[in-house]
Order: sequence, then structure tokens, then C-alpha cells
Amino acid sequence: MSDHTKDIDQPTGVETTGHEWDGIKELNNPLPRWWLYIWYATIAISLVYMVVMPAIPALPGLGTNTRGISNHSDRDVVAAQIAELRTERMAAGSALVEASLEEIETDRTLQQFAMAAGESAFGDNCATCHGAGGRGAKGYPTLADDVWLWDGTLDGIEYTLRHGIRHEDDVDTRFSLMPAFGKDRLLTSAQIDDVVAHVMTIAGKEAHDAASAARGAETFASQCASCHGVDGTGDRTLGAPDLTDHEWLFGGSEREIYTTVYNARNAHMPAWGGRLDDATIKSLAVYVHSLGGGE
Amino acid sequence: MGLMNNHGVLERHSLLLTIGILITVSIGGIIQMAPLFYMENTIEKVEGMRPYTPLEVAGRNIYIREGCYVCHSQMVRPLRDEVERYGHYSLAAESMYDHPFQWGSKRTGPDLARVGGKYSDEWHVDHLIDPRALVPESIMPPYAFLAEKKLDFDHIGDDLKALRMVGVPYTDEMIENAEMDLRAQVDPDIYFDEQDALVARYTEAAGREGTVQIRDYDMDPDRITEMDALVAYLQMTGTLVDFSTYEAGDLMNRR
Repeated sequence: MSDHTKDIDQPTGVETTGHEWDGIKELNNPLPRWWLYIWYATIAISLVYMVVMPAIPALPGLGTNTRGISNHSDRDVVAAQIAELRTERMAAGSALVEASLEEIETDRTLQQFAMAAGESAFGDNCATCHGAGGRGAKGYPTLADDVWLWDGTLDGIEYTLRHGIRHEDDVDTRFSLMPAFGKDRLLTSAQIDDVVAHVMTIAGKEAHDAASAARGAETFASQCASCHGVDGTGDRTLGAPDLTDHEWLFGGSEREIYTTVYNARNAHMPAWGGRLDDATIKSLAVYVHSLGGGE
Repeated sequence: MGLMNNHGVLERHSLLLTIGILITVSIGGIIQMAPLFYMENTIEKVEGMRPYTPLEVAGRNIYIREGCYVCHSQMVRPLRDEVERYGHYSLAAESMYDHPFQWGSKRTGPDLARVGGKYSDEWHVDHLIDPRALVPESIMPPYAFLAEKKLDFDHIGDDLKALRMVGVPYTDEMIENAEMDLRAQVDPDIYFDEQDALVARYTEAAGREGTVQIRDYDMDPDRITEMDALVAYLQMTGTLVDFSTYEAGDLMNRR
């Protein structure tokens, strides 16, 4: 191998590589055996791996990579795992989908399953808007109270989950539109002031101008009562909120109510029917129903 | 074995050594990457993928400008937990018009590959303005300025042209009408006829109905803001591929 004569380092008795840099020589110690054998083993394992697993990319013209004798596919594995998960859930899930509220409330296993599945799905999908535990935020209804815009029954909640609110891609979505009274010039700014004063009065707050509130009552009767009711208690079939219940989704100050009347508030909730399976939707309905306000 | 003793030549010439290292190191890279350019199953066969509309491109540019990819990935991996949480795992086909792709490498925030349609426009706007108003434990910085800043789309046609150069199949018609298409997607009440043209163009490219979403995204119909563009982009992500026709078991789609 080498054309130089063996050069033995005197103090250690080990052969050198024959390289010399400014009088400094390099000992030619062998690689540690354990290290060397592990290295050989990795090479051997990689050869086995290439035969068993999909590994070798095709040469140009051959199309695809080799499949390996195991025909392994990560995507098949995850599909199988998901299918297994669904079957596991289906046992309790299919019973749940069929069950009525009364049955779920009396059947302990069913109830526990629905609550556990519902809580976890709520955290992943709903809490982003409605807050952890359904505490809500301005513009995003609190689910933990007994105030319902549309329907607080189990079936009603399930319907909302499935079809959403003002979700245009779903023909069965819950739908209503409050007109933008100010922006679309249906009312003048002074008229809106009056209506706000009236709404403040029926909401049990102090309106700063009684005369204004009286004028507002007339406008309310002609413009607002068809959805919110003559007494302002709302209409759930239209998702029109009760204005007398001290709960304000978009704020209850004079200024905030003015903004609401001026621009209208028509919030959206996506339909989850296409995203979540039936058992998950039913579990969510049970969970939301149980948060404190279910009817 | 005289050749083996010539390493002294490499060791004594730094330029030769650099070239030698480059060649050696690139072998691994070439073996990994080169086949992807000619293999037939690199990109899955799917229905519904289309080039992004000008408004979505503008939003995507803001996504990149603001560095959203630093904290958000766009890559649902084929793992049980991720598919459970985010939905169908991402396909290579879903990033084929991304230049550069937005897979990201770290999730400080959640994955956004399938965020399209998951939340309402109002939520996106409120959340971008003040993330903690809706998600108290969030550490995302607020992007309230997007709602105030007028979208600059004078050169949106050039953006599309540049994307075409790197392989996105924009037609001449799409590039010519880019500016009007952008306006029509966010201002449907004013550009009524242009709206139909936009839908027709991109529906044809997608090969299926319903991939173009037209509305005022930021609840501010008087202006076209950066918020409009970003929310339009986010509401589109992950919604293009028609998974009802996707065959996971097909040999070409297996991984």
C-alpha cells in the first residue's frame, strides 16, 4: 500500500502515517473495533432497508420508486389508524347518533362517551371562537349561559352545528339578515339615536333623553318589532336577540348599540357537517347542551 | 495503489479541496432530489387545484412578508393525531403552485394548511386585530394595521407573470385581467359582470365549481385592505382539492 518505509514512533511504539507537518507526526492508530463494526452494521442494515422498504428512486423513464417487498406506505398506515379509531368510536357513536336527549341523560355510558368526545372536539374546533368552556367573547356567543339566539334544545344545537349560521355554502343554514339601518340610509342618524334611546329603556337602562326614547318607540315599532318583537324580546326563529335580557353579544353601551343599528351585525358560523362526523357532532351537541344552558 | 497516496495534492491546495468537498457532499443531495423531477408520482393526481386568484396571491404575499410561516406550518403530516385535529393530510399537489412553498418548520401556532372555511371571516379579522381578545392564552402578535392599510396591487399582474415563469399555469387572460379580478373578488356589488368572468376563468382552471369565494372579507366594503387579501388567502387554504374524487389507494398516490 505504501511506498514509504515504516516509521515507528519511538515513545509509543505505534506506526505513524508518514505525514509530517513542521516536525509533528501523526500516529496511525487503528479505528476502535466497536466503532468500526457498528459502522459496518449500519451499511448492512441500509441494504436490507432498501430491499424491504420503498427506497430506491426510479431511473429516468421508469416512472416511480421501488415499492420494497413490504409494500409499506405511511399514508396507508394513517388511513388504517383513522379507520380503527372510527370503528372504536362507532360502537358508542352509532348508539349516540340514534339516541334522544332523554336516553343520553339516563344512559351513563352514553353520556360519559358524549361528554368526553364532545369536550375534546370542542377544544379543537369551537373554543377558538366561543372560548374555553364556552365562555364566549364579544361577537361570539357565550354557550355556558341560558341565552340562546336560535335554539337551545339538543336538536337545535345539533342543527346549528351541522348547518352553521349564515353559511352560504349550506342551503339549510340558519339565516336572517338585519338591515344596516344607517349605512343603507333606512334611518337618519337622529332616528337611530331615538331608537337606541328606546332600546336602552326597554333593556332597563337609563336613557338620557326621555323624549328621544318616546320618539324611538315609534320607529322601533315600525322598523324593528317585526323581528325583535313589539316588546323587544326577540324571535328565535329569526335569530333575533332578546333586547331586554341584559345580555349583549356586541356590547350594550349606547355607542355600541348605535354601531349595531347603523352597520347591522350578521355574524357567521361555519357549517361543521362536512368537517366532522355524525358521532362527533352529536357529542358536541350534548357537550354544549350540558355547559349550563341546555333546554 | 499510487492514487491513494496522492491525497497530499488535495490537502495542499485549498481550492482543489473545496471543489472535492462540494462534489462529494452534493452526491447525497443529487440522489435525493434529482429523481423528484422526473418521477411520475412526485405530485399526486388530484382534481380541483387551480392557480391562486390575484387576491389570494396578494394575501399570500402578505403572509410571506409578515413571516407567518415562522410560527405556522402548512403541512398536515400523515400521523393519526394530526389528521384527527386538522383534517386530511397535506398532499404535494396542494403546494404545487406555491413558489416558495409554505410548509414551515415550526409550529408555535397551529398548522394552517386546512384553516380555510374553519372559522368565519369576522373571526379572522377580529383575531388578527387582537388575538388575545378571542384566545386569551395566545402569544401571537397583533396585526391590526392590516385592516387600515390599503392593499397595493398595482403590480399584481406582474406577480402572476413571475409565477407563470416558474411554472404556474396562468393564462394570458388571467394576467391581463389580474387587477380587475382582484377588485371583483372583494367588491362583488360593484363589479358584477367582472365577477362572472373571474369565476369562469378560475373555475375552468380548477375543473370544478365552488373554489372561488367572492365577498367583502374584512367587513369594510369601502376599501380594499391588506386584511381583505390575507383573509381571502387563509379562507382558501386547503379547500381546493376535491377529496371526494381523490383515490388514496391509487399506486401513484401511495407514499
